[in-house]
Amino acid sequence: MWTLFQIELYKIFRRPRTYIAFAAITALIGVVQLGLKVDGKEYAEFVMADFNSSFAVDGNILNGYFICYVVLQLLLVHVPLLIALIAADMISGEANMGTLRVLMTKPISRWEFILAKFSASAVYTILLLIWVAIQALLLSMLIFGTDDMFIMKSSYAVVIKADDVFWRYAGAFCFAALAMTTVAALGFLLSLFADNSIGPIVATMSVIIVSTILSTMSIPLFNAIKPYLFTSHMITWKEFFDLKVNDMNEAIPGTIQNPQKLWNSAMVLMAHIIVFVGAAGIIFKRKDVLS
Amino acid sequence: MQMITAQDMTALINKVKAKMDQVNDYTAEGKMKTDVAFIKAPIGRVKVFYKKPNLFKLQRDGGISILPKGGVTVNMRSIITTNDFMALDAGEQVLNAQKLRVVKLLPNADNSDVILTTMYIDEANLLVKKAVTTTRENGTYEMEMQYGKFAGYGLPDKVVFSFNTKDYKLPKGITLEFDDVDQETKNRMKGKKGRVEITYANYEINKGIHTSVFK
Repeated sequence: MWTLFQIELYKIFRRPRTYIAFAAITALIGVVQLGLKVDGKEYAEFVMADFNSSFAVDGNILNGYFICYVVLQLLLVHVPLLIALIAADMISGEANMGTLRVLMTKPISRWEFILAKFSASAVYTILLLIWVAIQALLLSMLIFGTDDMFIMKSSYAVVIKADDVFWRYAGAFCFAALAMTTVAALGFLLSLFADNSIGPIVATMSVIIVSTILSTMSIPLFNAIKPYLFTSHMITWKEFFDLKVNDMNEAIPGTIQNPQKLWNSAMVLMAHIIVFVGAAGIIFKRKDVLS
Repeated sequence: MQMITAQDMTALINKVKAKMDQVNDYTAEGKMKTDVAFIKAPIGRVKVFYKKPNLFKLQRDGGISILPKGGVTVNMRSIITTNDFMALDAGEQVLNAQKLRVVKLLPNADNSDVILTTMYIDEANLLVKKAVTTTRENGTYEMEMQYGKFAGYGLPDKVVFSFNTKDYKLPKGITLEFDDVDQETKNRMKGKKGRVEITYANYEINKGIHTSVFK
């Protein structure tokens, strides 16, 4: 299976399409960084207009940590599309080229085949996020410097000490990797049902768009299903950037406001991955690849 | 017709001022705690500079600091060092088991930002223990001072600023947060009074400070 996994990785990184995602992320983050470098003050003033009427905030707010947070907020909505481009092509691409039948003549089980293919798309997803981390976090730290992190949430503001931030990003990126692997698993499952790549890619994006809309609408009818939608849990990475306070309302460094929520969301995402990949395995085992 | 006139407390204020006048300038390091319902901030280090007659600067010593606008920059000395006010006796009041003289300071200047300052003065030690200031631009805020080893100079070891805060809300479309805030957080946000506590670790008095520090 290891050899099969290596072959699948080789196939992914041999295709020019794979590098579109890396180029798109580089361009997108570059544009945001350029914009904030040139007009960051105006952006900060706009976001903090309500806050600034009562308080004076002193310090380098537009530092690398803050920029990375802004980039992740914007980017993690769009990265699923880039992941779907590869993951939703894993089986359908083979079917389209007619190589699926040839592959099935090899002495490997269908489960091994599915797991090797999914593992390769998961590695692609993780590499893409590592690229995001390099661009959004490390490069921003280099360009904008570091300082305490100041985040405006919808109901309150949070200040995190500079030496308390990096581990939060490590956690947030690990969580994002789990969330994006769920997208990869969905795309991978849908790629079983078509003989061309476009269908599964569009279907994956459609599921994500519809689920995201349902997750974001505060309508009682949808509230009941929200906890079961993986898109509701994909944004939980932000919990890493919220601190507990003590009775004196002092933020406690090194804490997370709601670790249970993070754990629950991670479990829901994990369950989705298992269900999607499991379903893919079962369906593929029964799939007629001779046609 | 009987006219009631409040006793002029200018003499007491002048004594307090004379005590403060020993200090031409000071630099102090301290820790600042921001206690506002909708701000989660850790304790930060600050550095404070003062130079006669009314130059005052509070700057962060690394990191990001959040200060209420106006309140912190108006300090006791800048109010008292102004001669252009009327000081009226408002009786006595007990604060923290200590009897204090209450003095109302009314600036004579029409365009002064400070409208009224009420001071609670320890007459025996000539120390201002509490001051409530109403300003045109920044509302009303309170300052409570605790004194220690620098009481001889009229410099507090701890200052607590209290002020009213407005409601704070940022559209979820900007923060891209779609989760509803839990009940515990909502309850915590209900507090309307904000506090900033500065605990001074040490003072360097009359060592000379260049005015460029305050720019």
